[in-house]
Amino acid sequence: MATKKSTSKAKPNVSAEELLGHYREMLMIRRFEEKAGQLYGMGLIGGFCHLYIGQEAVVVGLEAAAKDGDKRVTSYRDHGHMLACGMDPKGVMAELTGREGGYSAGKGGSMHMFSAEKHFYGGHGIVAAQVPIGAGLACSDKYKGNDNVTFAYFGDGAANQGQVYETYNMAELWDLPVVFVIENNQYAMGTSMQRSTKSPSLWERGAAYGIEGEAVDGMDVLKVKEAGEKAVAHCRAGKGPYILEVNTYRYRGHSMSDPAKYRTREEVQKMREERDPIEAIRQMLLTGKHASEDDLKAIDKDIKAIVNESAEFAKDSPEPALEELWTDIYATELPQEA
Amino acid sequence: MATEILMPALSPTMEEGTLAKWMVKEGDTVSSGDIIAEIETDKATMEFEAVDEGIMGKILIAEGTEGVKVNTAIAILVEEGEDADATPTKASAPVPQDKAQSSEDSPAADMKHPTPAQPKSDATPDWPEGTKMRTATVREALNEAMAEEMTRDETVFLMGEEVAEYQGAYKISQGLLDKFGSKRVIDTPITEHGFTGIAVGAAFGGLRPIVEFMTFNFAMQAIDHIINSAAKTLYMSGGQMGAPMVFRGANGAAARVGAQHSQDYAAWYMQVPGLKVVMPYSAADAKGLLKTAIRDPNPVIFLENEILYGRSFEMPDVDDFTIPFGKAKIERSGDDVTIVSFGIGMQYALAAAEKLAKDGINAEVINLRTLRPVDLPTVLESVRKTNRCVTVEEGWPQGSVGSWLASEIMQQAFDYLDAPVITCTGKDVPMPYAANLEKLALVTTDEVIEAVKKVTYR
Repeated sequence: MATKKSTSKAKPNVSAEELLGHYREMLMIRRFEEKAGQLYGMGLIGGFCHLYIGQEAVVVGLEAAAKDGDKRVTSYRDHGHMLACGMDPKGVMAELTGREGGYSAGKGGSMHMFSAEKHFYGGHGIVAAQVPIGAGLACSDKYKGNDNVTFAYFGDGAANQGQVYETYNMAELWDLPVVFVIENNQYAMGTSMQRSTKSPSLWERGAAYGIEGEAVDGMDVLKVKEAGEKAVAHCRAGKGPYILEVNTYRYRGHSMSDPAKYRTREEVQKMREERDPIEAIRQMLLTGKHASEDDLKAIDKDIKAIVNESAEFAKDSPEPALEELWTDIYATELPQEA
Repeated sequence: MATEILMPALSPTMEEGTLAKWMVKEGDTVSSGDIIAEIETDKATMEFEAVDEGIMGKILIAEGTEGVKVNTAIAILVEEGEDADATPTKASAPVPQDKAQSSEDSPAADMKHPTPAQPKSDATPDWPEGTKMRTATVREALNEAMAEEMTRDETVFLMGEEVAEYQGAYKISQGLLDKFGSKRVIDTPITEHGFTGIAVGAAFGGLRPIVEFMTFNFAMQAIDHIINSAAKTLYMSGGQMGAPMVFRGANGAAARVGAQHSQDYAAWYMQVPGLKVVMPYSAADAKGLLKTAIRDPNPVIFLENEILYGRSFEMPDVDDFTIPFGKAKIERSGDDVTIVSFGIGMQYALAAAEKLAKDGINAEVINLRTLRPVDLPTVLESVRKTNRCVTVEEGWPQGSVGSWLASEIMQQAFDYLDAPVITCTGKDVPMPYAANLEKLALVTTDEVIEAVKKVTYR
């Protein structure tokens, strides 16, 4: 049975150190994405480039609920997920510029990055394809008999794909330890949720398959983390999948070439001013006297240096050798361990 | 420190644009995220946001200017108290576009796939002479191959519709549930797109799934995962991860099952880099190649045939019999013409060769067995000997396996050809239901004989 929307008012128990960590990680994603947008404008990044600005609390909150060995898979709006699971900003940025030092040696690009080491399974360009793949990753852990959980992230647009519901059905049937994370940023490219479905919410669709879930305020990293912990505990206990519909907002266009005429500038501005997830934590840190302005400035400076370093690396890293055109088409041995 | 603001690229294809409107004027303070200009690209009018903070020192390109090249300085941003005419630092000098493009023009980009050249065909037999033989059906051979490999490797499991409790829609998985249990022989709901995606995810997670499609016609619901998720991931991940798995099931026409259940997908899958494609004919092919497929660290398409399932063949009675990929089998040797086929096409090829022998035409019949990798050296060597070639398959003519073979033969053995290659294929029509029309739609032995007579000028 599906549970009701969480109405818990209890203050989450969080340490100053954790708060600072969330602040840092969210800011890292934002600054990284701003830099990526800048490099795109300069022609250093080509093709499609989908920025995560505004949605930072979703992935940072959920990663805070993950343990070593947990897996994650997402769509093409993937830079934030990679940074949040500990992938090196240099390798990510160099993949954006299509260079040898990138995570896929320049052969994947913005939409297709992977890290076997960090259990990050892409980076998928086909809307909703990552949903059954995520359930399959969870299937591999269940088969091996460990208690790992997979986070399968997808958007409100992907939530209308048939394969999502095929996956819900099998994930519940087989009790797969997968958290379906619907990052509802309100717009599937240029189509608002109101124009694509009459469902009042997306998580409730899981009830048709017997999957529990809830809606979460995705602009509040602590609420996301709390919901993530609940979902993960459900999966680890062998109770099957769980759905989190994390309501969030993307400040930038769908991709770099999106003129964003489907919403007003005021709407975006209002979200930025009133609901910004990073600003909220910043205020919490300051008013709670967990950090001083100077402390936060030091973090900002530190992040700026890391991001600039990643950009420099991404510019300096050479283009892949021409021989790379012909490598990695077939494996001669198992590409990843069982 | 003064910074140049450069004309941005705002779409994947933008090279220049119109600076439609400045939203700020000289002297205005701007902060990161402020809209400073509207720029018209080839697609749309875009708002251009400031990246850095500062004061608009100088506008270099007036609004309304058309054809402003990407990366041209359009304004100078200064810090408070700074002279607008101060020499700006190149914010972050972009790499010249021509540098990025130069490698595309270099001759090395034309280079051929550096797979080790196989100048000679490998004619070693699949089993040594004198090996003890037994009779088995293709069905039994496939079943044995799966059972042996599942015994050998704990990570191998079978999933598909009716594979477990029903014992397989075509009884290929008979007995496997009893032997390996429901954890490793998994009945799925009728949901090809979904369970194929789950199987790909399980392969990414370190397992070795065998996905049975009741027939390959239904795999069209899942082809996105086969190609985009399974075949391309090794490349897209720079070799970090891939999908070691087998997609198997009945392919091509059965008998009287109509247009939606009768398609041959050999040519479709053969086109995809990252996939390996197998189409066995005999029981020995089926067993030896399926065992190799299950062990292969790549996604393998294994195209079976319902009509062949019940057919019996002689098979070596040995432990752990495997056949390597990319090794064709000369099923019959001859000097007058080369007939190349695979899968059920072999029955027409062999029957034609039999009849032709009575007319004094000795055909060499090659069973390709794997279409990716394909054993071209064996084909070319044979064509250089016979100077004539006919290809045989049940699939459609346009973009067929035969068309590709003919093209390769023309490019690599043109001087040896005494006649154009003839491709015998199914007809260019959806499969009809009526018995007489269905027979007409498939390739026939008579058509193969006629083609051979044509290329041998008889």
